[in-house]
Amino acid sequence: MPLNLNRVSMPEQEPGQRRHNFQEVNLGLTPELARAEASRCLFCKRPTCIDGCPVGINIPFFIQAILDDSPEEAVRRIRMDNSLPAICGRVCPQEIQCEKTCVLNKKGAPVAIGALERYVGDYAIRECLATECNITENGLKVAVVGSGPSGLSCAGELRKLGYAVTVFEALHELGGVLTYGIPEFRLPKEAVVQVEIDTLKALGVEFKTNHLVGKTSLAADLLDKDGYAAVYIATGAGYPQFMQIPGEDLNYVYSANEFLTRMNLMRAYKGDAAATPVFTGRRVGVIGGGNTAMDAARCALRMPGVEKVSLIYRRSENEMPARIEEVKHAKEEGIDFQFLTAPVEYLGTAEGAVRAARCVRMELGEPDASGRRRPVVIPGSEFKIDVDAVVVAIGTQANPIIAQTTPGLATNKWGYIITDENGLTSIRHIYAGGDIVSGAATVILAMGAGRNAARAIHEKLSEMAS
Amino acid sequence: MFELISKNLLAPAVWRYTVKAPEIAAKRRAGNFVIVRPKEGSERIPLTIVSSDPQAGTIDIIFQVVGATTMDLSETDGILDIVGPLGHPTHIEKFGRAAVVGGGVGIAPLLPIAEALKQAGNNLTAILGARSSEFLILEEEMAAISDGLLIATDDGSQGQKGLVTDVLQPLLEQGALDFVLAVGPVVMMKAVSELTRPYRVKTMVSLNPLMIDGTGMCGVCRCRVDGQTRFACVDGPEFDGHQVDFGSLSRRLSMYKAEENKRREARN
Ligand SMILES: Cc1cc2nc3c(=O)[nH]c(=O)nc-3n(C[C@H](O)[C@H](O)[C@H](O)COP(=O)(O)OP(=O)(O)OC[C@H]3O[C@@H](n4cnc5c(N)ncnc54)[C@H](O)[C@@H]3O)c2cc1C
Ligand SMILES: Cc1cc2nc3c(=O)[nH]c(=O)nc-3n(C[C@H](O)[C@H](O)[C@H](O)COP(=O)(O)OP(=O)(O)OC[C@H]3O[C@@H](n4cnc5c(N)ncnc54)[C@H](O)[C@@H]3O)c2cc1C
Ligand code: FES
Repeated sequence: MPLNLNRVSMPEQEPGQRRHNFQEVNLGLTPELARAEASRCLFCKRPTCIDGCPVGINIPFFIQAILDDSPEEAVRRIRMDNSLPAICGRVCPQEIQCEKTCVLNKKGAPVAIGALERYVGDYAIRECLATECNITENGLKVAVVGSGPSGLSCAGELRKLGYAVTVFEALHELGGVLTYGIPEFRLPKEAVVQVEIDTLKALGVEFKTNHLVGKTSLAADLLDKDGYAAVYIATGAGYPQFMQIPGEDLNYVYSANEFLTRMNLMRAYKGDAAATPVFTGRRVGVIGGGNTAMDAARCALRMPGVEKVSLIYRRSENEMPARIEEVKHAKEEGIDFQFLTAPVEYLGTAEGAVRAARCVRMELGEPDASGRRRPVVIPGSEFKIDVDAVVVAIGTQANPIIAQTTPGLATNKWGYIITDENGLTSIRHIYAGGDIVSGAATVILAMGAGRNAARAIHEKLSEMAS
Repeated sequence: MFELISKNLLAPAVWRYTVKAPEIAAKRRAGNFVIVRPKEGSERIPLTIVSSDPQAGTIDIIFQVVGATTMDLSETDGILDIVGPLGHPTHIEKFGRAAVVGGGVGIAPLLPIAEALKQAGNNLTAILGARSSEFLILEEEMAAISDGLLIATDDGSQGQKGLVTDVLQPLLEQGALDFVLAVGPVVMMKAVSELTRPYRVKTMVSLNPLMIDGTGMCGVCRCRVDGQTRFACVDGPEFDGHQVDFGSLSRRLSMYKAEENKRREARN
């Protein structure tokens, strides 16, 4: 059979249209397109795509079911390895995971595994396919701290094994970054995130919002006083970093978390109809080159009155950590990319609002610790970018609250929790995973860590019971 | 939904609520605050926990109606979301002769701190300021726990006519104070800090920047203290008044004036 290199492309909203709305950009594959794409899979004897998946999803197995036109079976198959396919299909960096190791990638056209995964996940949502399982209560309680992807996946796994699971979440809404960070146009909240959370509720997972562990209760007390047999900490890495350059406290200089939280969690994208405002002015500068920077830039661009959004990144396009698709979409929508550029100071108006970013141009020197070439300032290259608002998206750190309030919990020098390969921390029965252990990473890695910890918790508690 | 146990009007547009929140009541210490979201769609706003009753499982908050969210709060029969207790509790020790200085609704956050200072064995002077006697709150409660109570009103309708700093100054001149803690409008906290600086009297202030999550996640509450960026919700809210950049704080507080006004007017 000749190789089919015609990778189907995902239908999407036109750039000119979508830059004025917050509806989803990618529209999803039709059954016909999905089957056409599935038919390109070579069903390799030793499928290398699986090696590229951080949680080892049996990819050809579910693709075969799509090809056979039995999407229900595809749902069943994918759920064996991944409980949130509609989310991962949308946000995983497939180009550096499964699609990178797909044999067809050598020919430049890997199977669109992400699009197919999303197709299956959306089918499950549309048809309200419940996860099949008979839960036998085992009488043990486990507490999960944080309702991001890591906490959700851990909670789901443990619940299926018969544990009574309570998820504690500091915010008033569930989902972690899926809710407050990633915007609606990339990951719909009601249609996708909420549905996945409702599925867990239907399984019997209990959720407690407005509960900041470390303040409302202590992690150790959950074990010692409240009767939980184990605790899984999945609090993410949501502590924003600033560059510590002059002018960062000027008005309308936001951390990406603030900007995105206003937009997404507090719904400021709805304009005056939302109680929580956001101000963008006409020209917005976004500092950074990751997914967060891309999301902030594209959110800003969609706000009424915004004419220009400049994305200011200190390295070149090749080094940008964002998903390739987001960069492509951002370019199509007209984001002004300023590569090899870094701000050194923000200038303000008399009222204290930011009015410009004083920037320098960079060139790439020797590789640094991350293996990427280190940006070096070009002397005399200073120039100004006029802005009415700035979003600083240069990364996050570990939130210190749990570490400060849990004596004996070992952390590394950056404040991330130290665990063994099973997610066990320095304290018996306290496990941790996701961004609070790895540092800011990806949804799929956070989910994988949650699942691993669930298995380790189950093993340990079963051992003790027998 | 958090149940309201009682609702009292203390002064024009200033309410005291007792709210059922057993977990928060059990953990709360002087200086802690909560973030509340009155109803679906409201903003999240920070309010100090004025008192708590762990037995009854209740906390008290006192707030002044100044904008859309506090209006929502004043009209509600239950509070949709409350999270806390947040922030570091006040650092309490026996300083010797301590003065607490409160302005307007800032007297509310001051009350639990004053109580804790008194309990730690300090000789306590309370200095309260208000526009007029009508707006003065918690006078009796403060009188009950302090060794001396001094009042200043803008119009002279009660106590001395003038500002809290006018009352504080003579005490400083007499060398009668070892410690000052001020809560109120930014201009007041700034003036108190400026006043105590030459006397080298340690002065703490409780900062009131804009907040959203209250957990260290968004950074909107960042303040400049001693040249460093500090997040008031997790590193504060109390800081050394001699190190705080009050200019930056009041600038940042005015960030959404236009939007706030628009939303307030839309409600009227
Ligand atoms: C804007 C943005 C875009 C991104 N885009 C992508 C993408 O396209 N693809 C991708 O794979 N990854 C992406 N990421 C990264 C990905 O979202 C994270 O790696 C992932 O969400 C980490 O999951 P988590 O469960 O560890 O933590 P989080 O998702 O951060 O969730 C942690 C939760 O814990 C809560 N919490 C914190 N402390 C406490 C406490 N003490 N008590 C109770 N609750 C607490 C928080 O409120 C939060 O809800 C993006 C991240 C951001 C910020
Ligand atoms: C740690 C902390 C503790 C607080 N404790 C109390 C308390 O116990 N009682 C109380 O009444 N208020 C307290 N505040 C202030 C309170 O949070 C604000 O008054 C409230 O957010 C106003 O919301 P709004 O939507 O009703 O008004 P908005 O429409 O947001 O604002 C109306 C007016 O109030 C000003 N304003 C807004 N936020 C603040 C603020 N944080 N401080 C001062 N002025 C502000 C605005 O500039 C505007 O002029 C506290 C603030 C912090 C940070
Ligand atoms: S309020 Fe968001 S970090 Fe302090």
